Amino acid sequence: MNGPVGGSSQPLLHVSAPPHIRQNESVPTIMLSVVIALVPAFAASIVFFGVRALALVLVCVTATVGTEAALCRLFRRPLSTGDLSAVVTGLLLAFMLPPGLPYWMAAAGGVFAIAVVKTAFGGLGGNLVNPAAAARAFLMVSFPAAMTAFTPPVNGTLFGLSRALDGVTSATPLVYFKNAMATGNFHPLDLQDAIGSMVLGNTGGCLGATSGLAIFIGAIFLLYRGIIRFRTPISFIGSMFVLSWIFNGTGDIFSTEAFIIPLYQVLGGGVMLGAFFLAADPVTSPMTPVGRVLFGTGCGIITFVIRKFGGYPDGVCWAILLMNFCVPLLDRHLRPRRFGERKQRE
Amino acid sequence: MFRSLGFRGGIHPPRDKNSTAESPIEVMPSPERAIVPVLQHAGPAARILVRRGDKVRVGQSIAEPSGPDSAAVHSPVSGTVISVGDFPHPRGGRGLAAEIENDGADTAVEMSGMDKPWNDADPMEIVERIRACGVVGMGGAGVPVQAKILPGAVKPAETLIVNCTECEPLATADLRLVKEHAVEILTGALIIRKVLGAKRALVAVDSGPGGVMPCLATACKKPEFGDLTLAPVAPKYPQSEEKILVRTLTRREVPPGGTCADAGCVVLNAATVFAVARAVLSGIPLYERVLTAGGPCAAAPKNLLVRVGTPVSAVLEHCKTDMKRARKVVMGGPMRGVALAELDTPVIKTTYGVFAFESLAPAVQQYNCIGCGRCMRACPMRLVPAYLRRFVDKNMIDEAAQWGIADCIECGSCAYVCPSKINLVHYMMLGKHRLAALAKGEAA
Repeated sequence: MNGPVGGSSQPLLHVSAPPHIRQNESVPTIMLSVVIALVPAFAASIVFFGVRALALVLVCVTATVGTEAALCRLFRRPLSTGDLSAVVTGLLLAFMLPPGLPYWMAAAGGVFAIAVVKTAFGGLGGNLVNPAAAARAFLMVSFPAAMTAFTPPVNGTLFGLSRALDGVTSATPLVYFKNAMATGNFHPLDLQDAIGSMVLGNTGGCLGATSGLAIFIGAIFLLYRGIIRFRTPISFIGSMFVLSWIFNGTGDIFSTEAFIIPLYQVLGGGVMLGAFFLAADPVTSPMTPVGRVLFGTGCGIITFVIRKFGGYPDGVCWAILLMNFCVPLLDRHLRPRRFGERKQRE
Repeated sequence: MFRSLGFRGGIHPPRDKNSTAESPIEVMPSPERAIVPVLQHAGPAARILVRRGDKVRVGQSIAEPSGPDSAAVHSPVSGTVISVGDFPHPRGGRGLAAEIENDGADTAVEMSGMDKPWNDADPMEIVERIRACGVVGMGGAGVPVQAKILPGAVKPAETLIVNCTECEPLATADLRLVKEHAVEILTGALIIRKVLGAKRALVAVDSGPGGVMPCLATACKKPEFGDLTLAPVAPKYPQSEEKILVRTLTRREVPPGGTCADAGCVVLNAATVFAVARAVLSGIPLYERVLTAGGPCAAAPKNLLVRVGTPVSAVLEHCKTDMKRARKVVMGGPMRGVALAELDTPVIKTTYGVFAFESLAPAVQQYNCIGCGRCMRACPMRLVPAYLRRFVDKNMIDEAAQWGIADCIECGSCAYVCPSKINLVHYMMLGKHRLAALAKGEAA
């Protein structure tokens, strides 16, 4: 389609379909912006979990980029690592892993994300589900013990409480909450106490998912750049908040704890990371505005249901995966009204 | 005060109009050899009237309309027809054209206004005059003006919109024309309004800085133009598209497959209305037009009054274009223009710009669609280009038709914003082409 043409008497001119000017934004600039937006959360993970966080991130990124390069080589395709999407997948995967996870497991997750979830479905843009979320799910079911063994932050406690709890070795704020609600051993003051640490991220949890503040700073950058759209994350977080406020388990929706609990639910676990970086991933989320709202709300509802009734303390990853499968359906049935379409029927 | 209006979708490409916005229209010398295609409009080609060896004068009809939606073609120079044959055509490929050698004398046929003032003339007489002068829409496809305004043949229009917006980047031809010939253009508007019997006439104008709004606002204050209403619209691409303009100004949407007449509107751009005024007031056929020439490779970009049939090479040479740097020559604007394969291609009635570019956009490096939806948000027709591309790519033409590929106005907004640099307009054109072929096959 593009190629020089022309006779012998004139210079060779390039011929192509219009337009002949293009915006500067491209896939690599988008991916680079996502990487930049993940820097605050990366920094937070190193502050809270030390050098091991850095090492895990390096392992994951090496695994994803290396797998992509190797597969391009194997299938004799042009090297596609330059679009930086494998870097983003590696970073996001690392951010969803517990800090103490053995390196080889993290690497296995990275290989799975690229080889099975992305390349097997056609590479960039072809994957049905988010590679990082799918890889985390793969690791969850393959290595459940290692994936739920959390180490406390370097200078903090697992639950972000100012006092240590006795007899609990590996847990996160969400695990604490689930157990407390199940046993009736519920301390609203504990929750309130923990919120501050949870905003900063000084609690037990996955590498880059604990610090709501750091994630939010990165998200603001992406929203400002127009790379993620606000509808998906807002409806995800919003529906999570509303559901955990109404069904807060205390039987009263206007007490102080009725508002602390949803805050706790939104800041705990992977909601922030999931809403802004996984659910808002363009490839695996709908294009249409209504589709995005439904997608985000669906993620919120499923996460809430898993947290409340399911066996896992957190359900963000599963919720996103399930909703990913609905994307083609949402896009197909919620396409925008064509110019002049409704008026014609009148 | 004026309220400027916009529309959903669209883009804001760099306007890049500064290099020529202040350059007055310059008359370009007539070409030594004019190549005059018989197809310079939408609709069937005109029937050629001259043969090799015929002497022609400026303004002489050399091809007659072959039907009600065809347009006459006139000689832009005086001289001898040296051949009638296939020449490079601005829409790509080749087409029938008369090659006329200029004798340099510029001997013209007799041209005069109508017998009585236009406001006393019969509308049919005015339409006949416009038809005889071969006036076509000069901003886009080139629909013959009589086909748009002929009383009885078209739906009665409530609103006439004179499109003085020029949303293509780099293009300043209409801007200069409005600045220098506002009175003629507004008179043309009154003439067409009379023919149409339209209730109102709007003069659509770009509300952005450096535009023609102040100049038109002054002109519209004159008592004779009291019936014309200035209608500022937001400076956004593709605001100048007629369906978009109708939507912006009247809130009516032209139904899929329809024309502006279905929304009770007739849209003509400034250059067209100017040509109408010249035809009706002075009897001058459409054999020359104003265009912006230059682009990034030109040392002296200009607004030129160019005879139809002038080869692009001569136009580019006239504005001192460095052809060693030029990798792409575009006829029309950077958003919608056709990239030319041959520099012999002549300027025609619809050529509003000729630009030489160094860059090869669309970029060579393309990526897979990442489903970001930017194309969908940019589409002023509210289509989903990403899905349409997928359908066309897989030859699912029925599906593409259901998703409205025929509505596409090929404005290029989708491809402009696409971060994967996919040639979306190419797919839309291909899809429409296949759809038309299918429809033809079914009809046969």
